[in-house]
Amino acid sequence: MFEKIWDAHLVRESQGDTSIIYVDLHLVHEVTSPQAFEGLRLTKRGVRCPEKTFATMDHNVSTRTKDWSLVEETSRIQMDTLSKNCKEFDVTLYDFSHKNQGIVHVIGPELGITKPGTVIVCGDSHTATHGAFGSLAFGIGTSEVEHVLATQTLQQNKSKTMLINIEGNLEKGVTPKDIILYIIGQIGTAGATGYVMEYAGGAIKNLSMEGRMTICNMSIEAGGRAGMIAPDNTTFAYLKDKEFSPVGELWEQAVAYWKTLSSDEGASFDHRMDIKAEDIKPQVTWGTSPGQVTSIDGVVPDPDSFTDPVERTGARNALDYMDLKPGTPMNNITIEKAFLGSCTNGRIEDLRVAAEIVKGKKVHANVEAIVVPGSGRVRNQAQAEGLDKIFTEAGFQWRFAGCSMCLGMNDDQLKKGERCASSSNRNFEGRQGPGGRTHLMSPEMVVLAAINGKISDIREIL
Amino acid sequence: MKPFIKHSGIVAPIDRVNIDTDAIIPKQFLRKIERTGFGKHLFHEWRFLDYEGTQENPDFILNKEAYRQSSVLLTRDNFGCGSSREHAPWALADYGFLLIIAPSFADIFYNNCVKNGILLVTLPTKDIDDLFNQVEGKPNTEISADLEKQVVIAPNGREHSFEINSFAKECLLKGLDQIGWTMQFTDKIDTFETHLKTNQPWLVTS
Repeated sequence: MFEKIWDAHLVRESQGDTSIIYVDLHLVHEVTSPQAFEGLRLTKRGVRCPEKTFATMDHNVSTRTKDWSLVEETSRIQMDTLSKNCKEFDVTLYDFSHKNQGIVHVIGPELGITKPGTVIVCGDSHTATHGAFGSLAFGIGTSEVEHVLATQTLQQNKSKTMLINIEGNLEKGVTPKDIILYIIGQIGTAGATGYVMEYAGGAIKNLSMEGRMTICNMSIEAGGRAGMIAPDNTTFAYLKDKEFSPVGELWEQAVAYWKTLSSDEGASFDHRMDIKAEDIKPQVTWGTSPGQVTSIDGVVPDPDSFTDPVERTGARNALDYMDLKPGTPMNNITIEKAFLGSCTNGRIEDLRVAAEIVKGKKVHANVEAIVVPGSGRVRNQAQAEGLDKIFTEAGFQWRFAGCSMCLGMNDDQLKKGERCASSSNRNFEGRQGPGGRTHLMSPEMVVLAAINGKISDIREIL
Repeated sequence: MKPFIKHSGIVAPIDRVNIDTDAIIPKQFLRKIERTGFGKHLFHEWRFLDYEGTQENPDFILNKEAYRQSSVLLTRDNFGCGSSREHAPWALADYGFLLIIAPSFADIFYNNCVKNGILLVTLPTKDIDDLFNQVEGKPNTEISADLEKQVVIAPNGREHSFEINSFAKECLLKGLDQIGWTMQFTDKIDTFETHLKTNQPWLVTS
């Protein structure tokens, strides 16, 4: 599938070297774009295809208020700059107050801007999310953002391919988040560096689009250039009648083409990994890298148990930062914060499954818990279904859409030493706030931890 | 972009794996709209004891007198992993790092460095171990790199050759305007777009 999409986007091929590939969709946000637009101005270049460029505000936005004047000044300047740039270069912007505003990787799919078979880029590493639709989607830096704005193309080296085939049935309580954390735990955070990962097999086919997006989203945490899943009837059903999806005859033509994208029977990959779905248990991270993960019934490992000296030191540093002792069971570690949201797990389906667990329960007295929908549309949909009531009655804070505490660029941050159950994607030192300690897990386990005041095994309540 | 041809400088060893871009430049410094001035925030949480960055952490290597002028970084696997923020290479270059040597680098970070005149050299782990042995605890040790010849010269004089893609090499050697380079193929982009309209008409937006 990667080869097919790559070949279909070659503008100028250089065998074994850097080629120029065409970009069908460029998503833009406030943090990684100001210097790119400034670069265009300095070199007197324009945006080649404004109609293929969509911008929103997500990283910096306040989730507490829609009052622009209450936002911290440097954040406001950055958002103002995006507004001015989009106006000057004629780019569609879903700003702060627009109904389509949200995390860039949530709004692309829900508006149908994301399409199978396309090349999608964004100045954000979690762009791999869109690969769930059978597109080649990856994150780029700001110089590359400028390059795409100016030329609608990118200079790229062809990646190697990795197939991750998962057969069998997931056990109860095991979610797409557990699948991807398990994969990262197996191959390591650099295990897929230089590769485009394709996820396939019966266990993947059975997943909803939301679940597939969760998996592709964290491909970067395994080092992957991109993650992708072949489009099928689940994909087409999701995209049908979305705001930017084709209609009528064009829809039929598009689906016919999209059906040709999946990898051919017997296609060769540079690397292949087979996983039995039954081997995957609910996962939770214990360290400061997503690969430092174990199952919920596991314990914090002893650094001395690692044979590789570099890994051993890494584990030692991580336990020191996380304030955890070797041998501590993961189940029952006390938390002070819980965060449900992000481009990994902030979609409507995530909120639905979490609300199901929360219904009739209360957030633990020692925990502050926030729910941050991935987009304005997700928020409205959740409210229409009464999910917000379930969360607020239980003591969760119900916020506006944005990246929020996934990276803490706004005022949603952990304080020094606070421990958080988080549905986000990175547990790096200081990621959710200086000195904060992050445990990554599924949205179901996040809300269960919020209720119990400690990390808990979801299987105990099923 | 300044060309990278040869460089020789004091090496700072940071013996850690998976140094992510959040560690290189934390999020509170990403709110700027300029490309400059990030060097003073490089490795902020390790370099300073307080959030404001007024108290240096005396234990951190770059705060030791002999390493303040370092321009070569020696480190471990998966350097630059995580976020795609180009603020990371901006901070490294602004601080003065022009050459980074490690067993592996994250993909996006690698591309971002090529765009900013920083040479990343990938060497086998055993060679990296060897370099750490020559460098650690020995301030003012220098390593040099010659991009044209594709070699790094270790403090003991041994030459380590390294691989680099020929386009990245050309970009670094010439300090190429990469957008300008692509724009010489505008006719090919035009042709591609014409075909796209015929082959995938559903992608045409108003």
